[in-house]
Amino acid sequence: MCLAVPGQVKEVYGEGLERLAKVDFQGSRVEVSLAMVPDAQLDAWVLVHAGYAIEVLDEREARETWDYLKTAGLYDEIPPALEPKP
Amino acid sequence: MKATLDALQRDAEGLGELRLMEVCGTHTVALFRTGVRDLLPSNVRLISGPGCPVCVTSQGYIDAAIEAAASGEVTLCTYGDMLRVPGQRGSLEALKARGARVVVCYSIRDALKYAQAHPKEQVMFLAVGFETTTPASALAVLEAARLGLERFTILSGHKLVMPAIEALLADPQADLHGFLLPGHVSVILGASPYRPLVDEHGLACVIAGFEPQQLIDGVARLVAQIKAGAPALENVYRAAVRPDGNPHARAITQQVFVAEDTEWRAMGVIPNSGLALRDEYAHFDAFKRFSLSLGADYDPPGCLCGQVIQGRVQPPQCPHFGKGCTLTQPIGPCMVSSEGTCAAWFKYARRA
Repeated sequence: MCLAVPGQVKEVYGEGLERLAKVDFQGSRVEVSLAMVPDAQLDAWVLVHAGYAIEVLDEREARETWDYLKTAGLYDEIPPALEPKP
Repeated sequence: MKATLDALQRDAEGLGELRLMEVCGTHTVALFRTGVRDLLPSNVRLISGPGCPVCVTSQGYIDAAIEAAASGEVTLCTYGDMLRVPGQRGSLEALKARGARVVVCYSIRDALKYAQAHPKEQVMFLAVGFETTTPASALAVLEAARLGLERFTILSGHKLVMPAIEALLADPQADLHGFLLPGHVSVILGASPYRPLVDEHGLACVIAGFEPQQLIDGVARLVAQIKAGAPALENVYRAAVRPDGNPHARAITQQVFVAEDTEWRAMGVIPNSGLALRDEYAHFDAFKRFSLSLGADYDPPGCLCGQVIQGRVQPPQCPHFGKGCTLTQPIGPCMVSSEGTCAAWFKYARRA
């Protein structure tokens, strides 16, 4: 239940506690709240838990985690997409 | 990875049985799924503690939730893991099959969206989880207030990790050498709340993530601390866990919730171990709105979940395990939840 998945911020809108982002999880885009990571900017990598970004990550580390999730077949842990893969 | 494993093997030699506890359901599953458990020295024993949110939820809470859904008064929104936990009147899944309004959510934001789209329905969210999940519930309550969602409530079953660890350690039979501390709870908390485990209890402590290298590093550092006779608080998950955690998330939680004494499955009432809505947000409190109270906590007949979550018993010691209680016909929450200790053993270690 406490698993969190890294993704990249592709679009930011709203302000303060209502600040939201479209986050890319290698092709799937999901709307995520940025309320807990006010410093997260466009293109930042964030760690996402249940629809909320909980921390900003270094890109290299985020990609390593992502590669691991992919090779371990943990796609079930990836949030449901808002939009289909382009 | 090989170098770390070799060092771990050398450090562990001659130390006798080393009992290390993980208190995070995601760790429990990752340790099995990655095969890391099988790579550890034979005298290193990993014991699962009260780290699965669904499993530690008292049966009284589960019965209250099922009662609410059965009443037809509310639309009950829940994380998927709660769906199949059996209560006195069956499970939420069974109620849903019979037509009760039960909505499975990936995020509490889905429940808010449902409430916005269905303004005439009373929408109750089952807010369970540890410190990682709690700020999301707090933000949802603030959002509901901003949007004027008069019929949105949460049933707070949120719990705090440290009070449960302290309660376990208060048991004179607890015989542990160290803790593998939860990665994503620590993203929020940082390291400092765990200090008493080192300073007062003299236990080895390492915060770790969930990838194989992280798990091995975590166990290797624990064993190295024990070998050196120098317990410390280390963090091998520096990519995500800052020393001070995420203060924004904690401030949001504190704005909405206040600590209270809470009952855990089989562990009884632990002082200041749960979170209740502050008076300013009482309007969103499902306990108050629907005058719900918690009934007795109990395990299903013969089920040892209550002992399993405290690390006193391992799943194969339960008479139901793998016989009457399986993934398809679970008896207790430790087999129901995808992060339950029994479910992990059943999936990955049935021959152990």
